[in-house]
Amino acid sequence: MCLAIPGQIVSIEGDDPFYRLGKIRFGGVTKQVSLAYVPEAKVGDYALVHAGFAINLVDESEALGVFELLKDIEDIPDESAEGSSQ
Amino acid sequence: MKYLDEYRDPALARKISRAIHRITTKPHVIMEICGGQTHAIVKFGVDVLLPGQITLVHGPGCPVCVTPLELIDKALDIAARPEVIFCSFGDMLRVPGSGKDLLTVKAEGGDVRIVYSPLDALSLAKANPSRQVVFFAIGFETTAPGNAMAVYQAYQQQIKNFFMLVSHVLVPPAMRAILSSPQNRVEGFLAAGHVCAVMGYEEYIPIAREFKVPIVVTGFEPLDILQGILMVVRQLEQGRYEVENQYSRAVKRGGNAPAQEIIKEVFEVAPRKWRGVGDIPHSGLKLREQYQSFDAEGRFGLSGMTREEPEECISGLILQGLKKPGECPAFGQRCTPQHPLGATMGSSEGACAAYYRYRRFTDFGKPRERGVIS
Repeated sequence: MCLAIPGQIVSIEGDDPFYRLGKIRFGGVTKQVSLAYVPEAKVGDYALVHAGFAINLVDESEALGVFELLKDIEDIPDESAEGSSQ
Repeated sequence: MKYLDEYRDPALARKISRAIHRITTKPHVIMEICGGQTHAIVKFGVDVLLPGQITLVHGPGCPVCVTPLELIDKALDIAARPEVIFCSFGDMLRVPGSGKDLLTVKAEGGDVRIVYSPLDALSLAKANPSRQVVFFAIGFETTAPGNAMAVYQAYQQQIKNFFMLVSHVLVPPAMRAILSSPQNRVEGFLAAGHVCAVMGYEEYIPIAREFKVPIVVTGFEPLDILQGILMVVRQLEQGRYEVENQYSRAVKRGGNAPAQEIIKEVFEVAPRKWRGVGDIPHSGLKLREQYQSFDAEGRFGLSGMTREEPEECISGLILQGLKKPGECPAFGQRCTPQHPLGATMGSSEGACAAYYRYRRFTDFGKPRERGVIS
């Protein structure tokens, strides 16, 4: 129900912030959604869309955070050696 | 798809899994709040990648599941009226009321329509001025801005034939209710990422402090969930109880300010009854006085109706993390997604539906030795 899917904004229409609409592409599907809650959105941005509304933009630099953490994990010696110490 | 596929990498998932194994020294019970996370966990086998000492229990974050019986019955009553076009998200159609469900009302001739957005319902109202268009506004904080916007636009445009049957619920009061229960066994939470995308996570800080539980705002893909679990376990092992944000690509500390403003404009906090759980103070939203003319309960004279829950369904215990679907004797026998006894099976994102869909042919009561992330 709180499913929100990231898609890329391909066009924007309207100036009134409450009624601004964006065409957003999700893989091969394009849908029109309300951009009322992402006034800073511009064409090319990725937005998280829930029930016809963009609820936030995806932060590109933060999106890499998971992979940064994984780099750190790689440096820890592999299982069994250390047991349970932190 | 960008921002989805890269968070499903099996090799990386195993790497995080190894890290969790390495730091876990004692048993921990962790609850994921959101039904979407429950489905990802069961579908991708995230739980199977965890050490046996870690138990994941599934939270109340399925709005369809917690919508109380009397609200479903009110929906059925309204949807059956000839002057009404009843609009709902598809999830609600199979959820059993006292006698039938919305799908049955539709089969009997009711004009029940599935919509993608509350604004679609508003468009229907404008296109059908002689009909009464009612939108079943269920959901958590994630859905509230959209529903609020539909009411706000209807008010601005003076649309007189658009109404909402409101059943909005809020996450933090439910977490408090779970933690305050004498039977509680939850020691850490994965907070619901998209709820926090709207609301931010400051309201979780007092909960973490008061109940001494780590809370990690977490996304919905397998790598997100594994990383969220890693962060919770690390806190539990170190004796910390803080609010951390795993899902920073979508969630900022303060949330989405314009969305919060419109929620506050249209809705106010109210007590709500949660199906299977009971009344929780300050746990829901209702329309403010200024927007009362859009309230479907008032319009159709249904405000007083109450209903008792059927006894056989244990969904209340499942939604509080006290039981798992496999512990229910009716599971997969008298209770299936086609003929659900309760909403955790009837909703496509309910915990029972997840186990039925992905695990019904496995011995899911016991953890498997090893899983594969596909």
